Amino acid sequence: MCGIVGIYLKSKKFENDLGKMLSGMLINMESRGPDSAGFAIYTKEKKDELKYSICINNLAFEKFKKDISKKIKLTKILKNSDHVILRSKEKLKKVLNILNEFKGVSLVGFGNSIEIFKQIGNPKEVVKMFNLENFSGTHGIGHTRMATESAITTDGSHPYSTGSDECLVHNGSLSNHNNLRRNLTKKGVNFSSENDTEVAAGYISNHLSNKKNLKDTLKSGLSDLDGFYTFITGTRKGFAIVRDEIACKPAVVAETKDYVAIASEFQAMAHLPGVNMAKIFEPEPGIVYSWGN
Amino acid sequence: MKLDLRKLKLRKVNETLQSIDPKKNNKNYTILNPEGNHAVCAGLTDDIEVTVKGHVGYYCGGMNQNANITVEGNVGTGVAENMMSGKIHVKGNASQSAGATAHGGFLIIDGDASSRCGISMKGVDIIVKGSVGHMSAFMAQSGNLVVCGDAGEALGDSLYETDIYIRGKVKSLGADCIEKKMDNKHLKKLDNLLKKAKLNKLKSKDFKRYGSARKLYNFKIDNVSSY
Repeated sequence: MCGIVGIYLKSKKFENDLGKMLSGMLINMESRGPDSAGFAIYTKEKKDELKYSICINNLAFEKFKKDISKKIKLTKILKNSDHVILRSKEKLKKVLNILNEFKGVSLVGFGNSIEIFKQIGNPKEVVKMFNLENFSGTHGIGHTRMATESAITTDGSHPYSTGSDECLVHNGSLSNHNNLRRNLTKKGVNFSSENDTEVAAGYISNHLSNKKNLKDTLKSGLSDLDGFYTFITGTRKGFAIVRDEIACKPAVVAETKDYVAIASEFQAMAHLPGVNMAKIFEPEPGIVYSWGN
Repeated sequence: MKLDLRKLKLRKVNETLQSIDPKKNNKNYTILNPEGNHAVCAGLTDDIEVTVKGHVGYYCGGMNQNANITVEGNVGTGVAENMMSGKIHVKGNASQSAGATAHGGFLIIDGDASSRCGISMKGVDIIVKGSVGHMSAFMAQSGNLVVCGDAGEALGDSLYETDIYIRGKVKSLGADCIEKKMDNKHLKKLDNLLKKAKLNKLKSKDFKRYGSARKLYNFKIDNVSSY
């Protein structure tokens, strides 16, 4: 199962309501995924400054703040439940190395604009825990998980970061993920879980770092990734959706003059403003659709 | 009688429609704010008219007997699945597996239906005014599937005895599905179905008929080495 949702705003009208809209969608998709939930939201960015979304688990925030400030020059650090958004102008590679070596924390995403939050638990609780309703932004994607391929953990929750300002959510299951993981590990991609979606994320980031664009990467994924899937990939400017060619996993798109919404089921967007007047369609199998990219 | 799904629970609405008191002679019902709910109007057994104002989720009108259901919106997966009799009219588009395993009745879709429309259908008549997606009429056993637009890949794969009529293009035929001759009796049957759907402007001679080559019915000894 699993539920996936996304909203891309075409106008500024709903920017302050983005969190509220996404939150309603995630809560509704509890029926498809009660085990964990997560979301990536694209919000205000500052030039030359990168944001790092970090899950600090059981570490005390004040201690983490003190310890990390000794190693990285921070411009700002904000706590949101057990996640932290850290802002810095230091070089990406340096910060990533430090965070990788820092015990007890995991990096869930980074970029100029993206912030990622994910945790185990019922979507309603997760959304409340991170105060999603209060977020504003330009676009966001989210996921509710019914665990099938691997254990219910934070690392097994979506969205997965696939690179700077990029992320992935997945409904479905991949059958060749072990083989793909081995091949990608040889190419230097690191994995932190046994999860199949993390492999798809690794696959995408590996292709993107080889200077391929997102649309071509998703197209080549249609032949390389074996299994059932609907993917939503978020990028700094927008998002893309693709379904495998058998298209067992559902997706529905509603487009109005102000926004594009994607969800596993229509009921997830029934509360969105003006949705009954929207152009509503199902993405066709094996075709990459993108907005804003 | 108006039933508002914002005010009433789905189960209450379905229960009301499933236990009609014939003495009250109330035959017309309207469902407001369906908001993508699943199983709206599932399991109805009485000869009533229900209009659903908006989009619904999965299995709308499932197992329907006798009721005449109109959806003024889109429907999710498996509309009219296992319908026995009655009529379901979808004014928007339908998601996958529309009319799955339905034994009887009449399903009309004004828009498009996506993949696996009429999968394993067992006697229902389905008319899609738009196009259908891949693997439509997969393992279909009886009844008629009429498509006024195009059909996707692998139409009628592993087909039994359903008659398929397509007006537009067929992307590809599935295993054991072939084009068949339109005899007078088929033209007549199709004319009746088009009339029933009030598609008076369409001509039955513009459709092509597809059916089973019946080559998968029995095990062929020549294929023994494949197993």
